[in-house]
Amino acid sequence: MKRFLSGDEAFAEGIRLACPDVISAYPITPQTVVVERLSEMVEDGSLDSEFIHVESEHSALSCAIGASAAGVRTFTATSSQGLLYMAEGLPYAAGGRFPVVMMNANRATALPWNIYGDQRDSLALLDTGWIQEYAADAQEALDMAVMSYYIAEHRDVSTPFMVNLDGFVLTHTYENVDIPDRERVREFLPPYETENCFDFEHPKNIGFSAGPETNFIFKYKEHRAFERAIHVIKEAERRFGELFGRKYTGLAEEYLTEDADYVIITLGTAAGLCRTIADELRREGVKAGVLRIRYMRPFPNEEIARALKNAKAAAVLEKDISFGNAGTVYVNVAAALQWAGVSTPLYDFVGGLGGKDITHADIRNIYESMGKGAPRVTFMGIGVE
Amino acid sequence: MSTKEIIWIGRGGQGAFTAAKLMGAACTEGYSLAFPTFGPERRGAPVRAFTKLSDTPVTDRSQTAAADCIAVLDKTLFTPELFSLLKEGGKLIVNSADETEGAVSFDADSTAAELRLPVVNTVMLAYVGKLTGLITKEQIFAAIDGYMPERLREKNKKAVERVFEG
Amino acid sequence: MKPYLREKKSFAFEDIPEDTCFEAGYLVTVNSGWRSRTPQIDNEKCIGCGQCYLYCPDGVIAMDGKTPVIDYDFCKGCGICAKICPKSAIELR
Repeated sequence: MKRFLSGDEAFAEGIRLACPDVISAYPITPQTVVVERLSEMVEDGSLDSEFIHVESEHSALSCAIGASAAGVRTFTATSSQGLLYMAEGLPYAAGGRFPVVMMNANRATALPWNIYGDQRDSLALLDTGWIQEYAADAQEALDMAVMSYYIAEHRDVSTPFMVNLDGFVLTHTYENVDIPDRERVREFLPPYETENCFDFEHPKNIGFSAGPETNFIFKYKEHRAFERAIHVIKEAERRFGELFGRKYTGLAEEYLTEDADYVIITLGTAAGLCRTIADELRREGVKAGVLRIRYMRPFPNEEIARALKNAKAAAVLEKDISFGNAGTVYVNVAAALQWAGVSTPLYDFVGGLGGKDITHADIRNIYESMGKGAPRVTFMGIGVE
Repeated sequence: MSTKEIIWIGRGGQGAFTAAKLMGAACTEGYSLAFPTFGPERRGAPVRAFTKLSDTPVTDRSQTAAADCIAVLDKTLFTPELFSLLKEGGKLIVNSADETEGAVSFDADSTAAELRLPVVNTVMLAYVGKLTGLITKEQIFAAIDGYMPERLREKNKKAVERVFEG
Repeated sequence: MKPYLREKKSFAFEDIPEDTCFEAGYLVTVNSGWRSRTPQIDNEKCIGCGQCYLYCPDGVIAMDGKTPVIDYDFCKGCGICAKICPKSAIELR
């Protein structure tokens, strides 16, 4: 069924289809609509979930972890300061291997206070052991609400999953979205079954401590789960494609990269505008391409190295900066090139912070300056280097 | 069809974003986007909303800088600078009973008042559809049925009908 | 149920669970060294009411029929069992 929905509304529709047993979330702009829609669905009976109204984001994630430890499917959602307030619980969920699914509306972090979109919230928490996906449109957001459970709950993965939606540009933009049939989603997504939960018949220790003699083995196993996740993501997308006819491209999505001289690497919705400009430049005879990173964890090392191998130059466009170095996306992309022995010059463009609109001219400027050799890190729009 | 872009200009509470959304929803055959200028909502404060229509997926989510049509729901928000946001041959429509140089004046207030509609958004939407040919009356009816509360549908459809017939 | 892995000092990779969830008793470090005083049950006075079993915050008291048994590998010597015992049958030494 086609509906004209915002990114937030589309994501809530996806969650209605995935039907988590427990939802615990605290509203925060620009995620609020997700929480509102889900509580309406629970109220009108179209979503059979326990909605726990909590007093904070810290409690929201704690409830989700607790419910997951009771063996049920769980969901939470947040943004920005709320995500930061959850920070303590993030590695807790990951280390406990609780496949909580979270929707995060990417939003700037204070100070100065700002409710608009950038990606400094989730990227700051990249190392907490969560799978991180960045959606580019409302359809992908809805589909990821369903697919994330398949991947997170898969016994080879058992890892929490954060789906990121660009604040406002995706969460509050309306577009036509296909809502899959409920029965077919049931066919795609098996019920959650785990032994990682409380069991009266077979008492267990859950969430125990592990000292220096064993701790590193647990951490290694978490790391290994991300390698397995790469295969499970492919499997999920293949099955999803068969059932719903929509194709996804794994850890990264490439656009005209095959013969590209100049490539922009970016996350989320910004890739859409980059594609528009790449088309324009192609008509002008410039071989431009775009690589959209879909998953920051697990990271598309091989895809990036392959796509940039023959390029003359490449630039990362990111709504993030790690002060004192470059943006986090840049550092990850640079490592991928280093490992593969690819020496394509790579530049970092920091833009869209605090919701600043990224314009056609901005993207053209990135393509033009990477050909000429830009500074390593460029803060877009500042006018100084 | 290359991407067609419409800018809606109004005041908080006038339904400019609803018009943008209805136009996007009306475009069921192709692809469309609709979004407001983001941020806190305040009644009476100037707001802008955007609709983009295309027969291929709309990947550009930036604010419209070159519009095919600008619809000004409140004439006090009209300024000549708005012409710089129009494409060559683009149309600027102002809800006004008076002439506006270079723009198309359309007295949406009177039509809305006759039908006792408190806001002019569907009237303006109908006029945009009629003038640009980007959406038909039937498409607007379908969008109203799909996305407006039931109690408002008949009245608004009647207004749309009146604009298209008028 | 008495865990048996507690004294094991090294673990094979596959002994370690994938998640932090395992049959109770595994991967537990003996912590009797924390104890400065040791509770002892006088079975003559004990009536088998099970209060000590219920109140022990570390769950180290098991009931063998009507007889409470303290697992001294894990008892931290807090004394709650002695305090709660209605017959003063537990003494900390």
